[in-house]
Amino acid sequence: MTVNDAGRAASLSGGRESDQPPVARGSSAELIQLLTPEGERIEHRGYPLEISAEEIKSLYRDLVIVRRIDFEAIALQRQGELGIWASLLGQEAAQVGSARALEPRDMAFPTYREHGVAWCRGLDPMKLLELFRGVSHGGWDPKAHNFHLYTIVIGSQTLHATGYAMGIQRDGAVGEDGEAVIAYFGDGATSQGDVNEAFIWSSVTNAPVVFFCQNNQWAISEPLERQSRVPLYLRAQGFGFPGVQVDGNDVLACLAVTRKAMKAAREGQGPTLIEAYTYRMGAHTTTDDPTRYRLSAELESWKLKDPIARVKQYLIRSELADMQFFDQIDAEADEVGTRVRKACQEMPDPRPLSMFDHVYTSQSRPLEAERAEFADYLDSFVGEEAAR
Amino acid sequence: MTTLTLSRALNEGLRKALENDPKALIMGEDVGKLGGVFRVTDGLQKDFGEARVIDTPLAESGIIGTAIGLALRGYRPICEIQFDGFVFPAFDQIVSQLAKMRYRSLGKLSLPIVIRIPFGGGIGAVEHHSESPEALFAHTPGLRVVACGDPAEAFSMIQQAVISDDPVIFFEPKRRYWDKAEVDIAGGLAAALPMDRARTLAAGTDATVLTYGPMVRTCAEAAVAASKDGRSIEVIDLRSLAPLDTETIFASVRRTGRCIVVHEATVSGGIGAEIAAQVTQECFYQLEAPVLRVGGYSTPYPPSRLEEYYLPDLDRVLDAVDRSLGY
Repeated sequence: MTVNDAGRAASLSGGRESDQPPVARGSSAELIQLLTPEGERIEHRGYPLEISAEEIKSLYRDLVIVRRIDFEAIALQRQGELGIWASLLGQEAAQVGSARALEPRDMAFPTYREHGVAWCRGLDPMKLLELFRGVSHGGWDPKAHNFHLYTIVIGSQTLHATGYAMGIQRDGAVGEDGEAVIAYFGDGATSQGDVNEAFIWSSVTNAPVVFFCQNNQWAISEPLERQSRVPLYLRAQGFGFPGVQVDGNDVLACLAVTRKAMKAAREGQGPTLIEAYTYRMGAHTTTDDPTRYRLSAELESWKLKDPIARVKQYLIRSELADMQFFDQIDAEADEVGTRVRKACQEMPDPRPLSMFDHVYTSQSRPLEAERAEFADYLDSFVGEEAAR
Repeated sequence: MTTLTLSRALNEGLRKALENDPKALIMGEDVGKLGGVFRVTDGLQKDFGEARVIDTPLAESGIIGTAIGLALRGYRPICEIQFDGFVFPAFDQIVSQLAKMRYRSLGKLSLPIVIRIPFGGGIGAVEHHSESPEALFAHTPGLRVVACGDPAEAFSMIQQAVISDDPVIFFEPKRRYWDKAEVDIAGGLAAALPMDRARTLAAGTDATVLTYGPMVRTCAEAAVAASKDGRSIEVIDLRSLAPLDTETIFASVRRTGRCIVVHEATVSGGIGAEIAAQVTQECFYQLEAPVLRVGGYSTPYPPSRLEEYYLPDLDRVLDAVDRSLGY
């Protein structure tokens, strides 16, 4: 099937499989959950998950380490080592579960809070700290880990993800062993025009992209009620593709739901919207004060649904892990935390003249002239430490 | 040599671009079967298929946003914005994403995207169809901004824009789409002037007139008219508005001592203002008169029954030449 045929078939049938009503495929009317807050494993017919004890332990390891990195980064900001930090506290399961569902060949487009996804893709956490310290605007190689640069303007990256997915179609990389894209964004972003345009584009082109919305209930100070009068996952119906709501604090459910959506996308069944229902346990960023706009009782109720505690409960209850395992993971997390702290403190500032680099493929003459003028200015500080 | 309209010359240039690079794509509203509202993409979807000449949903931010994604995947999108005044829904993607991606990635990512925008007035259109927003883009580091002035230039410059690894905002003078001229469509790009250089259209000694886009023809005609009064006007088609070819500009002004910038866009904060500042700084001792600007007034684009008063024309250019020579 060519790109255009696929798009046309999808638009004519209103969906992907002609024997199903246009908006019904996969749309759920329930919160998908495979691990309760108490750590009880439950099955879901639509999302069977075969997973070994070792895999669950490895998910637990990722959850603990990314929380530790986050904790360390907040502390570094408080000590003046970072300009700002956007905490992922509470969203570890949504990020780790979805990211671990990706194949290395899949592409991820993050916002600025996807530290857990970055970790699972293999990106050195120091690259994230560079951005929040003000040493670079990102600067990592997105192709090295198929993890795009952080996008700070809300929702913009959903269109990039969709365009990238259209490229996958044109490369003929849809089908068995195909590739797909995942676009991360939050509940606030669903109000952006770009996100809605991305839904339209991916729907009419049948692009292999999964929209992973972490509904953490708060867009800085604005609650979900300011963004939507319907549950977010239901929005997908109006665009003509399935939407599913998953317990965003359940790493197993996030893994299973994302796996299924990515597989459908890779195989040419088009987009899915996943709403990971979760909670931003911390502030929007280190400059925010959530006590001004939300009640502590809400926070307390979500603490009972902690994404890490339930996995630990499950592992203990099922006797899949002993205390030695947990101690070992904690020690490893401490090690990562220490490394991050040290590397951050030792990170050098970029040289002043480097701000002129990489504006264009080759330096434009006017910019070259400005750079030379600035270099002369720096050199005019005779006797002081060479600034350039 | 073939006689082509400017619209057709662009069409032939785009055809070459699609032939030369299988990763080149055209995307925009009505660019497929219709061939674009100005027919610039006429017949290209028929010849290159729907996967390469894409009729997009009607949303400009979506066009540029998905083009960025396609470019990240290795494609070379050529986007059409239907009219100048419709580019603003895409402004965020252009300014915040397209222009900054190379810088953000420390040179690891290139976005070789061309955004074609028919611009300028003089066609009796309704609001939003006659604007000249080029200064907004020229003010944005990371973008290359060019304007073509005649069919031969259109043919070569659109191909150069597609080859560029930097994003290019490509302004097309919509009221000149049906102007005809000889174009060497068999010729390659090797002999073409680089995209970021200005070209001297008419050599002269008394004053330098700098212009681009739809005003190129107006200024060329003004120079002919002035010569009948014994005045020798040098007309330079800037072509590239970002970066400016200051070398060519300064060399000319140092010789003539007088500089007049002509564009349709509002003069305040415009390309002419930037040139005036730079010329004053670099050619101060050679200037015989202040740099003058001829352009649209600082109003929104007026209703079309008034546009002949708003737009610079031959007489206003000559009036500015007179004023400059009066110092």
